[in-house]
Amino acid sequence: MNIFISNTSGEPIYSQICCQLKEQILSGDLKPGEALPSIRALAKDLRVSVITTKRAYEELEKEKLINSVAGKGSFVAEKNLEIMREQNLRKMETYMQEISRLGKSLGMDYEDAADMLKEWWKGEL
Amino acid sequence: MNAIEVCNLTKQYPKFYLDHVNLTLPCGCIMGFVGENGAGKSTTIKAILDMIHTDEGSINLLGATTEKERVQVKDDIGVVFDSSGYPDNLNALQVGKIQKCIYTLWDDEVYTQYLEKFVIDPKKKIKDYSRGMKMKLSIATALSHHAKLLILDEATSGLDPVFRDQVLDVFYDFIQEENHSILISSHIVSDLERICDYVTFIHKGKIIVSEEKDELLEKYRLVKVSREQLDELEEGAVIGKRVGEYGCDALVNIHRIPENFHTERATLEEIMVYMMKEE
Repeated sequence: MNIFISNTSGEPIYSQICCQLKEQILSGDLKPGEALPSIRALAKDLRVSVITTKRAYEELEKEKLINSVAGKGSFVAEKNLEIMREQNLRKMETYMQEISRLGKSLGMDYEDAADMLKEWWKGEL
Repeated sequence: MNAIEVCNLTKQYPKFYLDHVNLTLPCGCIMGFVGENGAGKSTTIKAILDMIHTDEGSINLLGATTEKERVQVKDDIGVVFDSSGYPDNLNALQVGKIQKCIYTLWDDEVYTQYLEKFVIDPKKKIKDYSRGMKMKLSIATALSHHAKLLILDEATSGLDPVFRDQVLDVFYDFIQEENHSILISSHIVSDLERICDYVTFIHKGKIIVSEEKDELLEKYRLVKVSREQLDELEEGAVIGKRVGEYGCDALVNIHRIPENFHTERATLEEIMVYMMKEE
């Protein structure tokens, strides 16, 4: 598990932690059932306040991506990966709608947009 | 439970007035107590520790609400002031012996570890210490009796950046225990920027702000604007401003910034400076 905090990004630190953990859970780098560091240990390691790491964990709990057991710590949730995949698919749909809308407003046709996506997909841009 | 609760603390001096100070430090948290020199930080801390008499107000220190009870809980508190107060002709070893008689839970082993960590020669006399070394000794003694609450008054101010960094690590180790709390006063805000859970600003004896640091940082933004644009901002939206010939900076309530304004996140230090700036 790696978390990189940027001081210059406009994003609040708790949200940076939350997003990076989320990505690593979804990509499978953090496995279901895997123990996360305690909020205090993580605060020390990242040099942020305890309230900041606590808030990041709370957000992840709300999204049911992790479970916290009093006295034992926090763990990556077992079965919510499907839900998250679903959520991300829905997010993709929203972006695609937006892409279609913007593309049309620019007078592009479907092939142009698809070509653009292709380039990004292959990482050539 | 709260480690420290100060309610309407008031103290009148001939030329200084500590004006109904309220401050709450929940257990397990770190509070940065920030203000310029002479703002009332030390007076408040001395009042919390019953080192001065107060005119008004109540203090709850680790659950102790009367002066008599507070004497008992001092065994659980580690205090560091900006000067150590130990006689110059003693060495660290002798200081340890004195502390052992004062604190019931004094731990020689922990003390020795800290002396080693801070590279303090136990046999060297305090009069031959640098300012930084004296501070290190104070911090070592404050941490060697298994305290639950640390109170530090300007403890890191005179120290070099490398040691300040080392001290932050020591603080992080200390708060790994969930019931441990720290109140740290300083006028160097950058030290506190990351480690603190709560921030309290004091200015001329009055508390200006006391809240969660993360929330405070999300409340305001810096805008860089022309004078005309500055005038556009709603009344009350501007917390503080610096009006220049060729451009103005202002700290503005995040919800009251027009959309086309360029904004930047403000650091704790910038928030403090703008809030305490006199018009």
